[in-house]
Amino acid sequence: MALPILLTKGLIILVIFGISLLIATYSTYAERKVAAFLQDRIGPNRAGPWGLLQPIADAGKLFFKEDFIPSQASKWLFILGPSLAMFTALMSSAVIPFGDSIRFAWDNVNYDVNVQGIEINIGVLYIFGVVSLGVYGVMVGGWASNNKFSLLGAIRAASQNISYEIALGLSMIAILMMTGSLSVRQIVNEQATFFEWNVFTQPLGFIIFLTCSFAECNRTPFDLPECETELVGGYHTEYSSMKLGLYLFSEYINMFVSSAFISALYFGGFHYPFMNEVNGALEKSMGAVTGHNLATAIGFLVFFGKILFFIFFFMWVRWTLPRFRYDQLMNLGWKIFIPLSILNVVVTGAGLLYDFKYSSWLIVVVMTVLAVMSQAKAPKQQVVPQRTV
Amino acid sequence: MQLTNRAKQVSNKEMTLAEKMYLPAVVGGLAITIKHFFRKKPTIQYPEVKKYLGPIYRGHHVLKRDEQGRERCTACGLCAVACPAEAISMVAAERKKGEEALYREEKYAAVYEINMLRCIFCGLCEEACPKQAVYLRHDRMVPVFQERDEVIYGKDRLVEKLDDRYIRKNSEVKTTPTEPSLTRSTT
Repeated sequence: MALPILLTKGLIILVIFGISLLIATYSTYAERKVAAFLQDRIGPNRAGPWGLLQPIADAGKLFFKEDFIPSQASKWLFILGPSLAMFTALMSSAVIPFGDSIRFAWDNVNYDVNVQGIEINIGVLYIFGVVSLGVYGVMVGGWASNNKFSLLGAIRAASQNISYEIALGLSMIAILMMTGSLSVRQIVNEQATFFEWNVFTQPLGFIIFLTCSFAECNRTPFDLPECETELVGGYHTEYSSMKLGLYLFSEYINMFVSSAFISALYFGGFHYPFMNEVNGALEKSMGAVTGHNLATAIGFLVFFGKILFFIFFFMWVRWTLPRFRYDQLMNLGWKIFIPLSILNVVVTGAGLLYDFKYSSWLIVVVMTVLAVMSQAKAPKQQVVPQRTV
Repeated sequence: MQLTNRAKQVSNKEMTLAEKMYLPAVVGGLAITIKHFFRKKPTIQYPEVKKYLGPIYRGHHVLKRDEQGRERCTACGLCAVACPAEAISMVAAERKKGEEALYREEKYAAVYEINMLRCIFCGLCEEACPKQAVYLRHDRMVPVFQERDEVIYGKDRLVEKLDDRYIRKNSEVKTTPTEPSLTRSTT
């Protein structure tokens, strides 16, 4: 590989790394702001203009707090837990295509370097592997704390992640069948035209995937691992100082990666309507190199717009829905999402036999009709009198 | 029997399929929260912006003077008796010859102290006073203490200054409370 390609690649990786850290940092600020706005408040506004320095103040505070390790805890595992959580969270953004490619001329040859950590043909599997490793961070931390609440939180996290990973994977198989590839870039490139975005061809899969990624990120309404009302602080009850900070931080990085993954899989990644026309015009007017790079930059920004929307959506849902009960969570995962996603795979496969991409709408239509019918059939306000004592 | 008309009969009917799917309810909830997102916030940026607290707000104590500038207080002690927090203490003294311009009646308070840590700003001293001498002003608050010895307010900080008279004419009086050092008199 030529040196300039290597340099560009290194630069891209650094930029992606930096941006994902920056976005995770400011997600903490955004979370508080969004929470405040949804509750008719203003939110943090003391540190810097509009409270923009708040994350730095928070991090400073966390660094200066006592870094406490309980005497009964297993010391090395206790330290390993947050490191693992952070490590796996940061690793998963490597295969997400953030943009098309950067083009530059070298020795009169045009090189295209993908705006992506690394392009591998099993990108989806890689993300799934790393995300399921992520549960080890929680599990190890909770177990090493030697505290029953931490352990309960960790067990909940593990069982919840395992149950929802199945539905997550199954809902994606329909996309893999349509694309015929496990490469995330390939999947993104398949969605070049607006109405072929997977959210339009796979509406049911999208809803299942979205819900499951809420569960995977341990976000409300599925934040049972750190359910304050039942488990004190969940798996990070015993953690303090920056170790706690790393756990919280890795949650936000996970949120960022999930948002990126959702936008790449279902919302066309860096594609936007009329992208080809814009790219053509840019390359014609500004030359193949500058025009292409500018088009890539626009795609990059569009992709980040989508990611930021989904991060906002995560927060929006958090401040809307109450937490599920544990049995409801398991019922939803095993008895509803897994059968539904298998049905989705079957129907999509049957449609693909006849080259029809939109067949999973059939399930949506049938379900809507059934829902409306049951709503119409149901008695308006059947009040069963309460037993009087 | 119903105590209020707000009682709601609990319904334990079977959920319909649409309700079991959660999605209509979820979308409805999201719509409600996003409406609040764009709503005007009622927050007042407190240290920068101060709200008018009303004409009967009970703030900083003041020992009134009469129209000729003589202290009204006669050290009868009714305020100290009325005070539920026992924050007020005073020492009475007899007016000497030549002090008629300073004190309205023959007896006056040589020392009059309010412990602001004990005071609960209930305004009972104001109600008890037969001479209309003690008031809790509506336009000024007792500032935050830094030291313990700042807590007991003597006559130097309680008696109304001649160039800073406190007059509460009617209920439409309006001034926004500010820091005590910055305040001027109000009308």
